[in-house]
Amino acid sequence: MFTSLKRTIRIGIKSFARNIGINIATIFIITLVILLFSLLFIFNSASKILIAGIQEKVDVSIYFNEDALTENIMEIKSVVSQIPEVKNVEYVSKEEALDKFIERHKEEPILIESITEIGDNPFLASLNIRVLEASQYSQVTSLLENGSFKNLINKIDYYQRKPVIDRIFSIISAVNRGGFATALVLCLVSVFIAFNTVRIAISNMGEEISVMRLVGASDKFIKAPFLIQGAVCGIISALIAFILIFSFSYAITSKVKVLAPDVSVLGLFISNVLFIFLLQIAVGVSLGIFSSLIAVRKYLKI
Amino acid sequence: MILLDNVSKIYPNRSLSGEPITALENVSFKVGKSEFISLSGRSGAGKTTLLRLILGQEAPSSGRILFDSYDISEIKKSEICHLRRRIGTVFQDYKLFPTKTTYENISYIMEVMGADDEEIKRDVPYILDLVGLTERACNFPKELSGGEKQRLAIARALIHRPEVILADEPTGNLDPYHTSGIIRLLLKINDLGTAVILATHDKEVINKIRKRVITLENGRVARDDEKGRFML
Repeated sequence: MFTSLKRTIRIGIKSFARNIGINIATIFIITLVILLFSLLFIFNSASKILIAGIQEKVDVSIYFNEDALTENIMEIKSVVSQIPEVKNVEYVSKEEALDKFIERHKEEPILIESITEIGDNPFLASLNIRVLEASQYSQVTSLLENGSFKNLINKIDYYQRKPVIDRIFSIISAVNRGGFATALVLCLVSVFIAFNTVRIAISNMGEEISVMRLVGASDKFIKAPFLIQGAVCGIISALIAFILIFSFSYAITSKVKVLAPDVSVLGLFISNVLFIFLLQIAVGVSLGIFSSLIAVRKYLKI
Repeated sequence: MILLDNVSKIYPNRSLSGEPITALENVSFKVGKSEFISLSGRSGAGKTTLLRLILGQEAPSSGRILFDSYDISEIKKSEICHLRRRIGTVFQDYKLFPTKTTYENISYIMEVMGADDEEIKRDVPYILDLVGLTERACNFPKELSGGEKQRLAIARALIHRPEVILADEPTGNLDPYHTSGIIRLLLKINDLGTAVILATHDKEVINKIRKRVITLENGRVARDDEKGRFML
């Protein structure tokens, strides 16, 4: 048992070394497949973070009339907080709204000046509401509009922003769906190409495999070294892909940060490093072994 | 040990109007343990087909081939390797492993048989010396001459001490000097108890051996003589 295992590994590695040219081609293709899988994983994670970030930014503000009392507003706040779809509610008083405005426009003295000119605080107290899912905004707003305190409400800015919100969410779902379809097609194509490369590599050995049968080698004895060879190709490909993905993440992290401050590609890579590595090894080894197995079978008929 | 019982092999003719090609027709004979049989006949007489059937490379169209208790004509694909390990074959076109060295071509057979590393280290150099290929141990088949390839093919057929050796024109590419060496080797192995079926159309070889000769003509057994001579 031990002898045959040792022998199998030795024959497999020797055969790998002797057919190095075609094996390099195989490794190259399998590496590409693994890279594709890994990039899909990273893009998928990054886009999830991006989507979560956008969702976080979407909110609905309810502005109250000048005469609305703070305790009334706090009462409404506690009612709204109890709606299960609502994620959180934030109260912004008149003063806070003014401070925020000044803070945001401190570089623009004309605006600040015009505010002081008015003398009075022109801002209204408001509640900023965030819900768990975008589709729930309309439910929450209609609830408030028809509630008992609708005479306290000056305006709900949901309707002004509705087209924007709707568009963001339709884009997100389209990107998700399109990305998935593209990924699926790419994966199928790449697996097919990898399989074909291994098949060509083994077809060079077709004659030899038939002779092995003729001198009395069992199917298992013939197949095993090819499986080892496939596995070696897979492991080497996975290691190459791992290094490439790491360098890639390292290189683009700062550039992505500019576009999307929430996403750290390198951070994503590091926090999932074990999963990525296992994914790569699994894709590489199973592709190598599975393709070899199918390719060898053809020559075992004699 | 080997019994052919009314064996026929008919190949389909690929040309449109052609009749099927009969390679063997009602061939029956018996090969005893440690018998030496020369199979003679012109090219196309059916010698190679006969050996292919015995090795289980093809199934007969009709008739039975028995190897001890195995019925080769009905053997299962998964069992055929056990049968083949009891046979040593020298193929007409050698069928060496192109990606293995001379040494590995032989040691592979022993690995297939499940021999341990020490046996391999002991037996392979011995057989290489016997066929005069010690100097070529690390060369690949494409680096060998025709005669060297043929001697390697013979060494590969002998190494695992099979019960029967099927040799298809093993002297086809050899000069008279090497030819008589190979024949002496086959006779010696036969003396040690291995049956030999030697297919050849070489008159000199058959006349020198002076053992049983089966002559095939158009797929039929034309003669079967103890201590026969080459006849056409």
